[in-house]
Amino acid sequence: MKNKNYISLRSVLFLCLGIVVLSGCERDFSDDVEFATFPANGDVFIDAFSAGLDYFPFVDAGADPEAFSVATDDNVFMGSAAMRFDVPAFGNGFVGAAFNTTVNRDLSSFDALTFYAKASQAASINAIGFGISAETSNKFQVTLNNLAVSTRWEKYVIPIPDASKLVNETGMFWLAEGASFEGDEGGYILWLDEVQFEKLGTVAQPNPAIFAGAELVEQAFTGSNIPITGLTQTFNLDNGVNQTVTVAPSYFDFSSTDENVALVSELGEISIVGEGTSTISAILGNVRANGSLEVTSNGALQTAPEPTTPAANVKSIFSDAYTNDTASNFSPGFGGSTTEVSVTSTSGGDVLAYTNNNFTGIIFENTVDASGLTFMHVDVYVQEAGTEVGIQIRDIGANLTLETDVNTGLPTGDDADRRFDLTGLTVGQWTSFDIALDGDIASQKNNLGALILTGGPNFIFDNIYFYTE
Amino acid sequence: MNVNNKYSKIQRISGLWCLVALFTILLTACSADETQTVATFTNLVMEDNFDVEGRPDASIWGYDIGTGVNGWGNQELQYYTSRPENVTVENGVLLITAQQEAFENSQYTSARLLTKDLFEQQYGRFEARIRLPYGQGIWPAFWMLGADIDENPWPGAGEIDIMEYRGQNPTVLIGSVHGPGYSGGQAISKEYVLENDRFDTGFHVFGIEWGPEYINYYVDDVLYNQITPEDVTGTWVFNKPFYILMNLAVGGTFVGSPNAETQFPQSMIVDYVRVYEQ
Repeated sequence: MKNKNYISLRSVLFLCLGIVVLSGCERDFSDDVEFATFPANGDVFIDAFSAGLDYFPFVDAGADPEAFSVATDDNVFMGSAAMRFDVPAFGNGFVGAAFNTTVNRDLSSFDALTFYAKASQAASINAIGFGISAETSNKFQVTLNNLAVSTRWEKYVIPIPDASKLVNETGMFWLAEGASFEGDEGGYILWLDEVQFEKLGTVAQPNPAIFAGAELVEQAFTGSNIPITGLTQTFNLDNGVNQTVTVAPSYFDFSSTDENVALVSELGEISIVGEGTSTISAILGNVRANGSLEVTSNGALQTAPEPTTPAANVKSIFSDAYTNDTASNFSPGFGGSTTEVSVTSTSGGDVLAYTNNNFTGIIFENTVDASGLTFMHVDVYVQEAGTEVGIQIRDIGANLTLETDVNTGLPTGDDADRRFDLTGLTVGQWTSFDIALDGDIASQKNNLGALILTGGPNFIFDNIYFYTE
Repeated sequence: MNVNNKYSKIQRISGLWCLVALFTILLTACSADETQTVATFTNLVMEDNFDVEGRPDASIWGYDIGTGVNGWGNQELQYYTSRPENVTVENGVLLITAQQEAFENSQYTSARLLTKDLFEQQYGRFEARIRLPYGQGIWPAFWMLGADIDENPWPGAGEIDIMEYRGQNPTVLIGSVHGPGYSGGQAISKEYVLENDRFDTGFHVFGIEWGPEYINYYVDDVLYNQITPEDVTGTWVFNKPFYILMNLAVGGTFVGSPNAETQFPQSMIVDYVRVYEQ
């Protein structure tokens, strides 16, 4: 029955086509006329939730699900209702939610998400955008960071990086805003109104970038993976502002000049597959992105020396030779950190590859009791002469909290650390270090909680473990 | 008082006009031609379609070179040259290009073309089809000066700005006249804001139709202003021949300096310049 309907619809369309051709109108059907398309509804929240829209607070991440409500009082910009977000004070969660539709939308005819916003005090919204979608793993996510809003209603524009990608979208809108430290803005109200996708016609002069527009040159090993970072799109708006948004990799088309050396996935992950040099570049919406990576592989990374200490004498953090004593967080995301770290698979097992490090850490999920242990072992590999790496072995004390003076970097509270510099490294080979657990942690090493890493900036670690002889 | 009276009269008249226009539109809404008539002069007397590659036609266009006095009177930052880097004809269009480069003690170079002593005319329809550049501190113009300027210095000579635009306001066109008593910041001026489009993403036709006692300003199919002797706060100096100028300035008092986000080079792309008479 359905099929019959479909055929008759087709013949009606065909008839229409005939009439159109006969009447000589210049308006043509597109080639896509027979494909199913999703409705081109740009409304998100005008005076109510638009068709199919629902509210999904980021509860798992600690968002306050009660933070959102619909205002119908004086704080409405236009019409009868506005979105209201009560941003909690520090320590009471945050505003974080996605507004997604159950009815997929075709947003390809729009060029921006626009809305009016005001707040009970001047504020900067941490992140706001669209394209959060579980079905696509946020494949087309767009984020505008640190959007300044005032106490007056003003219109804001978040440009779509390449609308042709958004033919089947559910992630209409999302935001995250909260007090991220004591004294950060919080305890205020944010209102949004007339949230919608629009065709402004004034979003122009696209200027995309990868690697934040830098022309990078790096060495890599066959078998390793490198993420493409710093993905942005910038448009010039009608007010002359160059508006930059952070863009998910799938908006870009990546290319590698030598696919025998490097391949790039749709998710912006470079795989080094052979020896040689390849340049990685990208295009977004037919515009060549600023920034590139010339990567050279001289072959596979040699394997770090095989550990010989008996497993019974070892509490391991990162090594293929031992079972981990605890899981660890290798990307703690310290504020101000520029470090990129990846667990890279090589033919000799996994290694930890650090690039562009200023400071980072390895945070143990459970503390390590090293009371009966005497050394920490680490193997380090560098490719640039003069590279030195600082390690701070941190005992986080009985309160199990990492406590650091943010100005000096020194442990505070009940924390203590042992600091050691990895120096005298030979380029192109592994150097092994055995660091005595002495100094300030000689008598306090039952709650080892972290390794803080400084310097570099580029180095590779393997076989990190505590042991006794 | 007088002025006020006159103003309200004009208001009433234009209100009435709107009403009439509304009726007309309602009555004729289904007719084929809904385009506003913006120009009536059709006798073509000069045109350059920029169809010959290389140097612009030397029988029409000359150049201003250098920085003038005080950056051409506006503290403009560019050094004007006639080098191909700054002015050339390619693929049927004239490219006037602003470059960021150290040149003769300036940080930018660009070009200014003019028809002085080559083509001058009193009255007529002057139009050009141009795609404009963009960015903070970018200032293109298509304009005219009184041909007697050497004996009758600015502002006495008169200036008709058919198109001026600030690169940081990519939807805003400015059309003006300058004359004795109404020059610089006191120019008689009107802005036109393009809706749902910009001047730097496609070509637009910028023109005036100029006759005795009036100058009509239009862009594409929109007539957006008329300036008459009643509008100017000084002598009407537009009953004599004028010549054409086209230039791309960088910085200066009208637009402010470029900033780190201003991208160079920036080109003003001219498809044609045409002059008609009645």
